[in-house]
Amino acid sequence: MQGERLSSILIKNGRVIDPKTRFDRIADILIEGNKIQKIERNLKVEGAKIIDASGMIVSPGFIDLHCHLRDPGRPDEETIESGAKAAIAGGFTTICCMPNTEPPIDNEGIVNYIIKEAQRVNLCRVYPIGTITKKREGKEISEFGELIKAGVKGFSDDGNTVGDARVLRYAMEYSKIFNATIFEHPLDESLSKGGVMNEGEISTRLGLPGSPTIAEELIVARDLMLSKFTGAKLHLCHISTRGSVELIRRAKKEGIDVTCETCPHYFFFNDRVLETYNTNYKVNPPIRSEIDRRAIIEGLRDGTIDCISTDHAPHTQAEKELEFISAPFGMIGLETALSLVIMQLINVEKFTWLEVIDKLTYKPAQVLKEKLGVLKEGAIADITIINPNIKWQYKPENIKSKSKNSPFLNKELIGRAEYVIVNGEIKYQAGV
Amino acid sequence: MYPKKDLLGIEELNSKEIQNYLDTAEKFLEILDRPIPIIPALRGKTILTLFFEPSTRTQISFSVAAKRLSADVINFSASTSSVKKGETLLDTAKNIEAMKVDGVVVRHFASGAPKILAENLNAFVINAGDGTHEHPTQALLDMMTMRQHFGYLKNLNVLIVGDILHSRVARSNIFGLKTMGANVAVCAPPTLIPIDIEKLNVEVFYNLDEIIGDFDVVMALRIQLERQEAGLFPSVREYRNLYGLTVERVKRMKPKSIIMHPGPTNRGLEIDPEVADGPKSVILKQVKNGVAMRMGILFIHAGGKIE
Repeated sequence: MQGERLSSILIKNGRVIDPKTRFDRIADILIEGNKIQKIERNLKVEGAKIIDASGMIVSPGFIDLHCHLRDPGRPDEETIESGAKAAIAGGFTTICCMPNTEPPIDNEGIVNYIIKEAQRVNLCRVYPIGTITKKREGKEISEFGELIKAGVKGFSDDGNTVGDARVLRYAMEYSKIFNATIFEHPLDESLSKGGVMNEGEISTRLGLPGSPTIAEELIVARDLMLSKFTGAKLHLCHISTRGSVELIRRAKKEGIDVTCETCPHYFFFNDRVLETYNTNYKVNPPIRSEIDRRAIIEGLRDGTIDCISTDHAPHTQAEKELEFISAPFGMIGLETALSLVIMQLINVEKFTWLEVIDKLTYKPAQVLKEKLGVLKEGAIADITIINPNIKWQYKPENIKSKSKNSPFLNKELIGRAEYVIVNGEIKYQAGV
Repeated sequence: MYPKKDLLGIEELNSKEIQNYLDTAEKFLEILDRPIPIIPALRGKTILTLFFEPSTRTQISFSVAAKRLSADVINFSASTSSVKKGETLLDTAKNIEAMKVDGVVVRHFASGAPKILAENLNAFVINAGDGTHEHPTQALLDMMTMRQHFGYLKNLNVLIVGDILHSRVARSNIFGLKTMGANVAVCAPPTLIPIDIEKLNVEVFYNLDEIIGDFDVVMALRIQLERQEAGLFPSVREYRNLYGLTVERVKRMKPKSIIMHPGPTNRGLEIDPEVADGPKSVILKQVKNGVAMRMGILFIHAGGKIE
């Protein structure tokens, strides 16, 4: 026993997976303080809290590069507190909140507010993303230096593309001072304008205005070229089309410094689900055709798509009960992402656990340049213990998010986070 | 045949169901020519027509149809969106449900709105046109008119000319006519043709002059001037020159062919006045058939009885 009293946790008999070292074995993990002390078989420690992880998977804590916490501005939809509760319930130990709040995250005051509020809530790491342009207007670049000093981990005008290529060029060039990453929301608004679902056979049949795949692909192509031209670090958000996957695959071969993410709804659904006119399927970019869905899965498989993010976008019931064309875009996703990964990528597409955990942990940590997403001795103890087989119902009354805009309400899902440890403390235990 | 609770779209109907609507409407046509054109088939039933988008003709057509069947009719028009009212579609449904009407005829500017209402109402719902999705009662009266004229629908060659992209009439006619075995083609500038429409087994043409002589039915659609403002075609003049049913162009049509239009027409734009009023035009027949068809539809869905 050591002199000072460190709280220790011993995770026994789990299948420990560390994507960075490609470690995938049954082992015990000893946590002391906020660090991983040991990873070995048959560890025995007196006085440690024991978690029996038999039959479970022990993963680095999940990192969501892309969620909307609506705080400040829309506490009726979500707050940092409710969003953080939803995050840990979904296995996320780190979440990045997008800056399309009211007011937007374009000054250090708002950044300070979010960081203080996250500290008060004290559940998971909350990393603000700052705006690329002041007020998200797409005109003048924000004070990147001040924002980084205050604690933002990247820049995005998410919700909007930076439409003016010159402004984005300046932002990319300027980002190089800080080696910062530009998170672009790629969608040509002149082409997607008015569109409420994917443009294609289904939108033609349903008589809903379509948003064409080329609206995304044009901007992906433009942004890749600008990234190559400026040498800036580019991260493309919520990739949804086959054409985008092909463009990014080619760009990576060419050596362009780009990463990208997709969201579970783009590999789980195709646009036929819109036949219900259920506004919970209305997201931006829209759920695409089966051809695109297949290409997203192949992009995940061959590594073109680096990360799986949620694009968790809470909206109130009243907003989502409007007509399809009037309802806002977005679905919540923090509490269902893991199940969708398991049900689609593991169970159907036969991805390995190492592959999917990599996209939920180590790869997003690399985008953020944070020393997270790893399970090794000495690493920060952010850990998610996954029960991969349990069947459960996603009941509205159990949802931690303030909003319930999910197409999975009352549906049976497979797999969930059983324990979530953040900075060495158990922050969540399923069913407790 | 046991009907579905609601009539939301033609896409969900099979050929037997379509035929049942056509046959029932034919029977009611005779009643309209009687000196007192009224029967007590729906006495005691209350029908609400709920129009979230102005359409005097369709609302009147339904009202007349309901009154000919002795139903009580309440007409309500509200052209503001529920966003502006601060009321959601579900609120509207709950309010209607509380009023205990038997059937609701709904016209809505948003595609899919009647479906959401129908899912939340015990009353039957008839879609009187939703957004750019479907206009099933119009397509049924159109098919009735075609069958009246030719005696059949199978292998009939039908051409729809105009703004297919924004037309619920075109969609419903395409679904219905394809189900009944007709051949359907569309002709319009590519900017007004929705993507992937060929996947509905529809032929696509851009040059009206080359093909107008091949069809038994040519249906012109109303062109909205706001489409020009949106940049979908350059000018009314050029539209008329390329796609208008002009006197000159109509001369090239087959001898026994007919011209249809769901109304109201932009005379001199998509159709010349002489053509709209000419011998090939069945436009007024469509209007009369519209009442008979809506009688048939209300009769079927309200579970009416003829004594």
